Amino acid sequence: MYDGWKIIVGLIVCLAFFTFPFFYDAGKAAKAPEPVLTPKAKEAKECVAPGAYMKRYHMQLLEDWRNTAVRGGERYYDTGNPTWHLRVMDKIADATASAGERLYKSVERKVYYKSLQVTCMDCHSNKSKFCDQCHNYMGIAPYCWECHIEPEEKK
Amino acid sequence: MGIDRREFLKVAGLSALFGLGGRAAMDILAPGELEASAEIPPLKKGKQWAMVVDALKMDEAVMDKCIEACHHEHNVPDLGTPKEEIKWIWKEDYEHTFPDQENPYIAEEFEHKTFLLMCNHCTHPPCVRVCPTKATWQREDGIVMMDQHRCIGCRFCMAACPFGARSFNWGDPRRVLRVAELKELNRGFPWNHNYPTRSKGVVEKCTFCPERLAKGMLPACVEAANKVKKGSMIFGDLADPESEVREVLRKRYSIRRKPELGTEPKLFFAI
Amino acid sequence: MLETALKGRQGYWGWLIFLLFMMGLGFGCYIYQFHEGLRITGMSRDVSWGFYIAQFTYLVGVAASGVMVVLPYYLHDYKAFGRITVLGEFLAIAAVTMCLLFIFVDLGYPLRIMNVIMYPTPNSILFWDMIVLNGYLLLNIFVGWNVLSAERKGIMYPKWVKVLAYISIPWAFSIHTVTAFLYAGLPGRHYWLTAIMAARFLSSAFCSGPALLILVCLIVRRVSNFDPGKEQIRTLGGIVAYAMILNVFFFLLELFTSFYSQIPGHMHTFEFLFRGLEGHGRLVPWMWTAAAFALISLVLLIVPATRRNEDTLAVACVSVIVATWIDKGLGLIIGGFTPNPFERVTDYWPTTPEVLITLGVYATGFFVMTVLYKIAVSIKEEVGA
Repeated sequence: MYDGWKIIVGLIVCLAFFTFPFFYDAGKAAKAPEPVLTPKAKEAKECVAPGAYMKRYHMQLLEDWRNTAVRGGERYYDTGNPTWHLRVMDKIADATASAGERLYKSVERKVYYKSLQVTCMDCHSNKSKFCDQCHNYMGIAPYCWECHIEPEEKK
Repeated sequence: MGIDRREFLKVAGLSALFGLGGRAAMDILAPGELEASAEIPPLKKGKQWAMVVDALKMDEAVMDKCIEACHHEHNVPDLGTPKEEIKWIWKEDYEHTFPDQENPYIAEEFEHKTFLLMCNHCTHPPCVRVCPTKATWQREDGIVMMDQHRCIGCRFCMAACPFGARSFNWGDPRRVLRVAELKELNRGFPWNHNYPTRSKGVVEKCTFCPERLAKGMLPACVEAANKVKKGSMIFGDLADPESEVREVLRKRYSIRRKPELGTEPKLFFAI
Repeated sequence: MLETALKGRQGYWGWLIFLLFMMGLGFGCYIYQFHEGLRITGMSRDVSWGFYIAQFTYLVGVAASGVMVVLPYYLHDYKAFGRITVLGEFLAIAAVTMCLLFIFVDLGYPLRIMNVIMYPTPNSILFWDMIVLNGYLLLNIFVGWNVLSAERKGIMYPKWVKVLAYISIPWAFSIHTVTAFLYAGLPGRHYWLTAIMAARFLSSAFCSGPALLILVCLIVRRVSNFDPGKEQIRTLGGIVAYAMILNVFFFLLELFTSFYSQIPGHMHTFEFLFRGLEGHGRLVPWMWTAAAFALISLVLLIVPATRRNEDTLAVACVSVIVATWIDKGLGLIIGGFTPNPFERVTDYWPTTPEVLITLGVYATGFFVMTVLYKIAVSIKEEVGA
């Protein structure tokens, strides 16, 4: 093989480079953070859907809210009407959808104004402990807060 | 009040929601609006929202109130330079509002008159026709709406709008919180914590306040105008012959901007 | 075939390194723009498209012009152009690449570009422009590459390539027609709202593109052992002459309609471009420069002796490119936005980062073109030897 040593050294360097993150973090698994509830959220006991369901599907719910409120003009959300849930389940893969069916139970009938900024963050006014912790752990940065104003948090 | 009572009651029928409870819903709906009604009203059906500005009653002081009310309601910052200016509602003189109505011998009253401009919510909106992502579209109730989640910032709609009603976020509007001179211009920004700001790179404009209509409230500018001068701005349903807008348009001579383009603006100036 | 691009003389590598440097500079400025937003450009609320979209429009023309060598060869069996069709196709690939990049750098929210595909909107001309541009890019890649590799092997290219080549002919017309429709259907922009826009676009494309191709052919002849051919260049010269005459003719038609009718809205932009409006006259010297170059090119192209002389033809080609670039790359877009819907005039001029990003995109296009031409020329030399 011409220039065999060059090729082998190159391969090793490449391999080391691409696997570097794994070696770097090996044995240092961070504990998954738990979202912290504000007293107000605790008092309310229930969210717009069961907690376990929200943990898993809040992104789909928020996207559905955003589309139906801004684009559909339906700005109120009635927990007694499960069409949104079916819409959400329609969009996600079968395996997770069945898990979603298990997690979904109807909650006490209430009507909410569909708004991340006004409704969600009214209860969950501790964005850093409720949203950011987990998002940072997962390494994702939702762009919601480019526009939506986050609640002021007292330190 | 710009909406007649019957219409208002229909809108305010959202109070049905109140009966069902919901802390958040309660927080948003002011107590006075929660008159009882049996069902959630189909807001979209049969409505064609339109605006009449009474050019005779309207004066610059009222306009300034309207502009402030709107720009504070929607967190529209003053970016300090016409190059980056964002405006949902603004003032313009006769000559530049109606450039196609040139008349060197026009009545003095109009020659020096200032007009209050905003998005015309055209019946045939060219901006909607050109948008490649449906980020701007026409609702069933005639409102030409913007979805800032969808906009890619191609600015085709700005080229298509013959009325200069659209503004682009050339930079991050929250820059006004960081730059000293801009901070001074925008004390208290963001003024409305129940309304988002925008991100850089998207287009925005007047939306006739659908988030307020949904709660049975009038657009912010109309509310502000009528507080200072009753009847200077009238908002209502163009499809309903009994509505106040229709009544005003029946009785008064009204003009629109650039009617020859056939976009059919729904912003009328009663003169 | 790609390996032929990896062997070259010092000049070749020097040129590529220079282009890479310009691309890097442009990329750096783009990162800055990505971070700060388009406020770092000269664009404003009133002139909301600027240099980027203007270059895009100009280069769609260059891309479409590839058809001027493809059409005579495939439809009229004009054998001489068989030698250079691939040069036309590769020029088109480079030009479309630049077009797509110019659209991209002009977007306010580039991360959402896929929204155009995720939410397809057939009533938007931009949607169709995306389809025709990408389609044209693919057509040229397939046809150019296959014809060239067949030539290398000394065989006839497969039949399906010929089918694609036929399709690419009306397709080339479509890319510039659709691009003209971006502008020609907007109410309230008098300078753009004209039925002759697409025809003007095509005529200016079919003179500026082949003019560039002639210059490139002359360079190829100088730096390689492949001669695109005297007859080929002469025929191209004829095409440039006809197209430039049509281009100027169409422009004069616009002038007549505007000024004989005396409708103010139709005259404003011309006044702004050639005389200055309300004290704003930044483009005036540019537009008169364009007019002068157009005149020079017409004289050199119409007089048979200067058209057939390759030296004067080269001068004519440069003049054509300068004139059409100012017309489309500056006048068309800025003029279209001036005066604004309130009949006020807002000045626009590109900023330094804006120009550097533009140069970066041009460098990328020239890089693609250089590499593709290197491959084509190497294979032509190989086959010829």
